[in-house]
Amino acid sequence: MVIHVNGEQRELSNDIQTVSDLLNHFELANKKIIVELNANIVDSSQHEEITVQDGDRVELVHFVGGG
Amino acid sequence: MQERYSRQILFDGIGEEGQQNLQKKHVLIVGAGALGTGNAEILTRAGVGRITIVDRDYVEVSNLQRQQLYTEHDANDRIPKSVAAQKRLREINPDVEVDGKIMDVTVEEIDQLVSNVDLIIDATDNFDIRFLINDVAQKHRIPWIYGGCVSSYGLSFTILPGETPCLNCLLETIPLGGATCDTVGVIAPAVQMVVAYQSAEAMKILVEDFEAVRRKLVSFDLWKNEQSAIDVSRLKKEGCPSCGTSQTYPYLSYENQTKTAVLCGRNTVQIRPPKKVNRDLNALVTQLENQGGAIEQNPFLVSYQSEDRRVVFFKDGRVLIHGMKDIVEAKKIYHQLLG
Repeated sequence: MVIHVNGEQRELSNDIQTVSDLLNHFELANKKIIVELNANIVDSSQHEEITVQDGDRVELVHFVGGG
Repeated sequence: MQERYSRQILFDGIGEEGQQNLQKKHVLIVGAGALGTGNAEILTRAGVGRITIVDRDYVEVSNLQRQQLYTEHDANDRIPKSVAAQKRLREINPDVEVDGKIMDVTVEEIDQLVSNVDLIIDATDNFDIRFLINDVAQKHRIPWIYGGCVSSYGLSFTILPGETPCLNCLLETIPLGGATCDTVGVIAPAVQMVVAYQSAEAMKILVEDFEAVRRKLVSFDLWKNEQSAIDVSRLKKEGCPSCGTSQTYPYLSYENQTKTAVLCGRNTVQIRPPKKVNRDLNALVTQLENQGGAIEQNPFLVSYQSEDRRVVFFKDGRVLIHGMKDIVEAKKIYHQLLG
């Protein structure tokens, strides 16, 4: 499966089905994060239900404290 | 005198009127680390009327790779950051009224700090203080600009009270843990990118071009070549206790304050007495001399080194215990030295 993550094309295993799987893959599961899937924000309560498909455009923004 | 600002007056977005607006404005910069020094230098060169910059820490050699106002001399002498920053900023542009304050900003100080301020720039390194800024900014309806960075990654968001979602809408709770400059480091270009986003937003707000303000949450990774901008307006919550229809400003209540903190990137614990004190540094030196170990003193602080442990006492009562992240152990040392 090929999806666009933050503007970059990424080839991902077909084992990745949900937004949660995607966050685990990028090691972002434990972070404060905002997920946008094809220009719609996904509620954090729905990360395990919403699936990602070939060709999707995903934006992942996680919050960091440094400065 | 306007010759100094001629190139930004030529720029359409600012012009003569914008420049005059800039010169009437007061900006509060919370933190004088990497983001704080970068934003402060740009806004000082731009000719903002007044800049207040506050920080609780002093300059160390590990800051110099990215904290652009400081020199090796500042690190060797352990000059408080706000003092070193104020000195350098006044050298850069004497037109600007620069006020550097050595201060650990908590709920006690924040109300006073924001009086007559037109904009707050977040240049802090933790979310405890950001939630405090978020609430006080809502209470006084002051725009503020969040910025954060670690490793090669950074992000920024501009919060306009009454218009955009606030930090509490976006995060709902204070994030715990996560990567810090302590664990994964940070590169200067990532800092500068966040500074560029924050200072450009600051200029738009200060010249009152609110239409130009970026409404999206922007992030980037300079090493992975990624960038992103998300429209988060849908996340504004009517029930938000910070910015919603019945505001309680939860992070301005005393119970929600932290009295001890592990400083980002420093392997250091800060301990702050429950009440503000004016520590007699000379008396402290006399007391420490009986303990053995090396003592250094300047007008702002006393540094005490014993074996592999360094403890720094500030005049306002705060103590930094270096070489550890364990708050309990740090408190033990604190009480061992101060009773």
